[in-house]
Amino acid sequence: MQTDTKSKIDKLVSPAGHPVTVLRFDGDISSASKDAVVGAYQSLSKDTVKSILLDFTKVEYINSSGIALVIQLMMEASNSGQKVNAFGLSAHFQKVFTMVGITKYATLLPDQTTALAAL
Amino acid sequence: MTTTRSTTVEVRLPSRLGFEKVAMNTAASVAKLMGFRDERIDDLKTAVAEACINAIEHGNRLNDGLSVGVVLSAGVDALEVKVIDDGKGIQHKPAKPDIDRKMHGEEDPRGMGMFLIQALVDEAEWVAGKNGKASYVRLVIRLDKEP
Repeated sequence: MQTDTKSKIDKLVSPAGHPVTVLRFDGDISSASKDAVVGAYQSLSKDTVKSILLDFTKVEYINSSGIALVIQLMMEASNSGQKVNAFGLSAHFQKVFTMVGITKYATLLPDQTTALAAL
Repeated sequence: MTTTRSTTVEVRLPSRLGFEKVAMNTAASVAKLMGFRDERIDDLKTAVAEACINAIEHGNRLNDGLSVGVVLSAGVDALEVKVIDDGKGIQHKPAKPDIDRKMHGEEDPRGMGMFLIQALVDEAEWVAGKNGKASYVRLVIRLDKEP
């Protein structure tokens, strides 16, 4: 009885003029979120999408199975030459992502404005 | 909460993923009553959720006929949580997750639950039950009130 995760894809442009694709998640991120996390990522073009932001602003609960899906997404993106960063994580999940080493491969930023400005 | 006696709260969960949140939120409520800081409550929530997920998935193997017991014992200066399942207990602790190996496809992206539990609470021990039943993980988080 895991809750559904919704995901939405937005196309934005950074202040520096770079195209950015934002994957916005809404709900819990757990083992039931594969379509919303990995599936949404896999729907993106590997040829045209080079910079991806993961938006966790509307996510309150992430468990280790959900983190594994984020790592799988990051691994596939890395293999395709895409850069992934994230924003909107609570202080606790920033700590958890740091503990498992995700920050070695993705920068965690507080909000969308900061994340876009960093590109 | 001013009592000096140990207070016990028990929750019984079905072996279905998602129900770990019931134990997680119950533990958070007890910790809040005890005066834990929000940051430590968040640590506890993740640790309890991961312990319950392990019990549901690995201990009870998602068998709907089995339940997971969660016993929260609130002491004067610490909260102890036991998560009990009908599995044989862990045979060996998994290695610390290695993000480089995971990113290179050399290690399963999963398998971080026990690492997170150990990192987030003050004590964690895994005890194998006798006769291959009633194994449990015992977590302790100590009260560290803000000055």
